Amino acid sequence: MRELTYNEAALEAIAEEMRRDPKIFYMSTDTIPPLLKEFGEQRIKATPITEAAFTGMAIGAAGCGFRPIADWRQVTFCFVAMDQIVNQAAKIHYMFGGQVPFPILFRASVGGGGLVAAQHSQSPYSMFMNVAGLKMFLPSTPYDMKGLLKTAIRDNNPVISFESSRLMGRKGPVPEEDYAIPFGQADVKREGSDVTVVALAWLVHEALAAAEELAKEGISVEIVDPRTLVPLDAGTIRDSVQKTGRLVIADEAGPTAGFSAEIAAIVTEDAATFARLKAPVKRVCALQVPIPYSPVLESAVFPDRNRISAGIREVLR
Amino acid sequence: MALTSQSLSSQNLPTNLSPDKQREMLRQMLTIRRFEERASADYLAGKIYGVVHCYIGEEAVAVGVCSALAGTDRIISTHRGHGHCIAKGADLNRMMAELYGRQTGYCKGKGGSMHIADFGIGMLGANGIVAGGISIVTGAGLAAQMEGKGGVAVSFFGDGASNAGPFHECLNIAAAWKLPMLYVCENNMYAAQTAAAQTHALPDVARRAAGYGIPGIVVDGNDVFAVHQAASAAIDRARSGGGPTLIECKTYRWRAHTERKGQPDPRDATEIEAWRRKDPIAFLERQLRDQGELDDAGLQAIERDIIGAIEAAVAFAEASPFPLPEQATDDVFSA
Repeated sequence: MRELTYNEAALEAIAEEMRRDPKIFYMSTDTIPPLLKEFGEQRIKATPITEAAFTGMAIGAAGCGFRPIADWRQVTFCFVAMDQIVNQAAKIHYMFGGQVPFPILFRASVGGGGLVAAQHSQSPYSMFMNVAGLKMFLPSTPYDMKGLLKTAIRDNNPVISFESSRLMGRKGPVPEEDYAIPFGQADVKREGSDVTVVALAWLVHEALAAAEELAKEGISVEIVDPRTLVPLDAGTIRDSVQKTGRLVIADEAGPTAGFSAEIAAIVTEDAATFARLKAPVKRVCALQVPIPYSPVLESAVFPDRNRISAGIREVLR
Repeated sequence: MALTSQSLSSQNLPTNLSPDKQREMLRQMLTIRRFEERASADYLAGKIYGVVHCYIGEEAVAVGVCSALAGTDRIISTHRGHGHCIAKGADLNRMMAELYGRQTGYCKGKGGSMHIADFGIGMLGANGIVAGGISIVTGAGLAAQMEGKGGVAVSFFGDGASNAGPFHECLNIAAAWKLPMLYVCENNMYAAQTAAAQTHALPDVARRAAGYGIPGIVVDGNDVFAVHQAASAAIDRARSGGGPTLIECKTYRWRAHTERKGQPDPRDATEIEAWRRKDPIAFLERQLRDQGELDDAGLQAIERDIIGAIEAAVAFAEASPFPLPEQATDDVFSA
């Protein structure tokens, strides 16, 4: 199978959907050259650097029958549009009694690794998971990126595509034919029997590396990638933990009220899964700090394969 | 392109509106007033919940603008939204049922007074966040431009919203992209309880249009003809690709920011009284009488119809079921 990068897979999904549906248009502060070349300025719009304005405009256009894509680029840039995201996009369908759909795709890169400090590095998806009315996903492979983006663009709700900045250039197999990955379906990236690691995005790859090392010692690690954060596939995660009896959660975000806390909760509040737990749940997360600049400090903050391995050993002790 | 603010009142403008159209405008303005008088009474009686923000005193703005629009044009409103709903043609039964929190309301009881929307008539919703609607309706303006059918979109907002970021961001982008937009500032001189004089760098919001290279017009917001004239010119300009216009309607709300029993109004009593003497409904009634197009019997007939419609709306609301508790989880997402 041919290989595409994570970023190429995203652009291919968007271009294919834009060819299929003339109601789709794209707004971002800088246009993406191949999209601009193919679809022109009418559908690929360069906005002023005003995320509040173009996020709100996406909502209005969606309510009028269009299917906008609003690209915030860095997730941190969307914080100036929190009213539009939280008060408007998330609530408007419910608040108006479901009169019309608001199909909007928001794109935002998350994570660290770029040495660009706190205002350009963050993984704040749990802030948005906490808001009813938004769907969201965070792919770990080019294949998942393309399939999930297709589902997102075809969905009739506001959907946030969180995209790992560390994975943009990472290559992987992507079939030529059309496919879509349904929301709410986790993917078991590696099967194992001793411990379950639930990981997202870049940390899926770090967990796979850790599992490879630990396999040499006879430790069998299962890796579950939820892929979609809302809706979340609790069933696959619980099934895996019921099988292994141990759970490590790896997240590039901090632990407090985070994605990792939610995974711990859905596992431990389920009686059947709780009954199978052989060890306390372990979270391997970023430190609860703004992301610092210096390479020494940045790598001190983020979890990696070594910390995941240490976490796995802890629950196996 | 006219960049200076001008002040319009109908004293020096000819009215080309037919008597029927003028009587329809009077009927709409009176409907807004009587609807809100009833909503306020029912709120104080405990039949309507939460908060109710009344538009009474500002009726000429919504009616003056909406009477110049086509049915397919789109508007967005504010927390003080009953007037815009009625002027755009919303159904009184479904409005009242929403205030009463019933299943048959516009939002199935999920929104209440601050969130009435009717996308079928181009009313994209009352919005509880000051300046919250401006970017959304600018997206409706973008949609109208992309549809290419000559549609326009109107943002109604208050003087308070004109100090918030989305106002400036959206005026810039609408001007840069020549979006078919009207930005209608209802300057009632107070942002909640705080006087605009304390918070605005300039007394006229319309002067800010110059910063975006678009026309900014100050209108007597209690003169429905002046509002209609200004809106019509701006709509023509927007439909023909000329881009957005900022229209500032100087007006006043007669009642407190929200309906509440025994709540003192911090505004000066003589100021309130002076504005009550500039009643926009009495103005239109006088105009019609002066033209010989309205007499006591005619006015009474209009009033009777309105009261009948409002009584029917209340009866509809009271007869409608409350939502079922399990419906709290409906409509979080669209299918």
